[in-house]
Amino acid sequence: MDTALLFDNAVVLLPELVLAVGVMVLMMVDIGRRGQNGSQLLAGLSVAILLLGIGASVMIWGRAPVEYLDGAISDGFALSVRLVILIAGVLGVLLSRNWFPAIERQGGAFYSLHLLAVIGMMLMGTATNLIVLFIALEIFSLALYILSGFYRENARSIEAAMKYFLLGAFASTFFVYGCALLYGAGGSSKFTQIHETLATGGGNPSLVLPGIALLLVGFGFKVSLVPFHMWTPDVYQGAPTPVTAFMSVGTKAAAFAGFFRLMMTALPSFHDQWAMPLAILAVLTMTVGNLTALRQSSVKRMLAYSGIAHAGNILIALVAGTAAASSAAAFYLFAYAFMNIGAFTVTIALERQYGNENDVEQSRLAGAAERFPVLAAAMAIFMLSLSGIPPLAGFFGKFLVFKAAVEAGWAWLVVIGVLNSAVSAYYYLRIVVAMYFQQPEQAGDEKEQPFVPASRSSVFVVVVSVLAVVVIGLQPGLWADLLRGLGQ
Amino acid sequence: MLSQYFFILIMSGLAVVLPLAAIVMGHFLGPRRPDEIKNDIYESGVETIGETWVQFRAQYYLIGLVFVVFDVEALFLFPIAVAYQQLEMFAVLATIFFVLLLVIGLMYDWRKGALEWQ
Repeated sequence: MDTALLFDNAVVLLPELVLAVGVMVLMMVDIGRRGQNGSQLLAGLSVAILLLGIGASVMIWGRAPVEYLDGAISDGFALSVRLVILIAGVLGVLLSRNWFPAIERQGGAFYSLHLLAVIGMMLMGTATNLIVLFIALEIFSLALYILSGFYRENARSIEAAMKYFLLGAFASTFFVYGCALLYGAGGSSKFTQIHETLATGGGNPSLVLPGIALLLVGFGFKVSLVPFHMWTPDVYQGAPTPVTAFMSVGTKAAAFAGFFRLMMTALPSFHDQWAMPLAILAVLTMTVGNLTALRQSSVKRMLAYSGIAHAGNILIALVAGTAAASSAAAFYLFAYAFMNIGAFTVTIALERQYGNENDVEQSRLAGAAERFPVLAAAMAIFMLSLSGIPPLAGFFGKFLVFKAAVEAGWAWLVVIGVLNSAVSAYYYLRIVVAMYFQQPEQAGDEKEQPFVPASRSSVFVVVVSVLAVVVIGLQPGLWADLLRGLGQ
Repeated sequence: MLSQYFFILIMSGLAVVLPLAAIVMGHFLGPRRPDEIKNDIYESGVETIGETWVQFRAQYYLIGLVFVVFDVEALFLFPIAVAYQQLEMFAVLATIFFVLLLVIGLMYDWRKGALEWQ
């Protein structure tokens, strides 16, 4: 290979490169530090590296899309997804600070893995090649398996890591087999080349559908679509809450970005065949997610099932399969990042009040508004936004996705989506009702516990998330113009 | 076309029948005089000491992992060494970069005490 080719358009991967070098610097700083107090320094350094990554993304924003070595592209969609993931990464690091003792001891390992996960997720959004796509998937998956078991004193955390790893490894095998079949069908690992070969009547079209089916298992696992969602509540509940907050947003954004790009650039000519199965999956995902969330008593499990339901909503955009739908999905993910991380941050703050159990039971929320008025108000905003009540960010995410789907002729799917939103309002609002209108059962015990102030960084995350949810809701057009879809 | 596959069919049939025949014939024809040593657990010919189900230290795993990294590195470096005369600058730089990444990993493991036996 020509060496010059290696540096041509390498700017496409600038944010990933910045983070990759940053990870190595972080590891070197970690082994160079003395004593126990360096973990704050590492957190600060990670945030600085991620901010540099955001800077690099902004730098290449708005340029004409170029492709690097047939493997990565810098179009508007890649940049939009990248921004969502970087924001989730920064907020995730801020939440992890001071969260549990393992981070104090092994901050270097924790933050390096955190940044590696961010790199893998960003790569997934830019990949235009089956091989890059698979490597990206593995980079962030491996990092997340370890991160979800990082709270080693907690048996549930270890259980979560084990489940996630075993099932995830299994899903990856399906994924890579699907890649192999698509390669066999199109004669190339490059998305656009596969499309060209198949559209001109070449290749081996009979392998396409089995390939899509196998890839669907891999993607479905990562974004937790319904028949492949079993791991989600257990892992979300067991993993340390800051990790859950980050991965619930980051994994979804990354896997959906890869899924959208693969289906819309490699297999658009097969849209008639894959749209209907995906539509059925979307209906299943929304319905099962929402109905199961109704019955959860743990806040983290409820948010996990709500995440499943949201995955169903975003899948509607993929079913529509238009450029407008993909930009709607980017907007949805952007809004979802703030409201979901915000909800988890409030959960973290409440965990501290109720004795650091890595989870909060919904029954303990009764009367929370009286004791923690600010937290309760923030939680109420996030819950209203998640249920899609205007004029908050979540409403416009759903609105844009549904609008794109109706325009593409999927009105019946949108009807089911809207009905599901109505169901979801019940369990989101139940939390608000519990906090504001219910009295705690054993008032005596609760009052005796002293108030534990939330850490400064998590207060910052809550403030940023509330502002973002409100501002995105009040000025949706601004952000909808900024975030681009595929082929825009 | 089909006749070629027919030979494969015969071969796979033989592959099943032959070992089965050997086992079955051994079962009926072979003499059987068991004693204590013959019934003992086979451990590479050495007499077993203590329980067979011993627990391994988790640290073997850690060192094994570091070993695998360098095993793979050697595997990659060997063809590069053989073809060194024909390599372009790009390949040499890529190799150096690859080794550098592994060195950083080793430094990290070393400083974190993964190589010290506890």
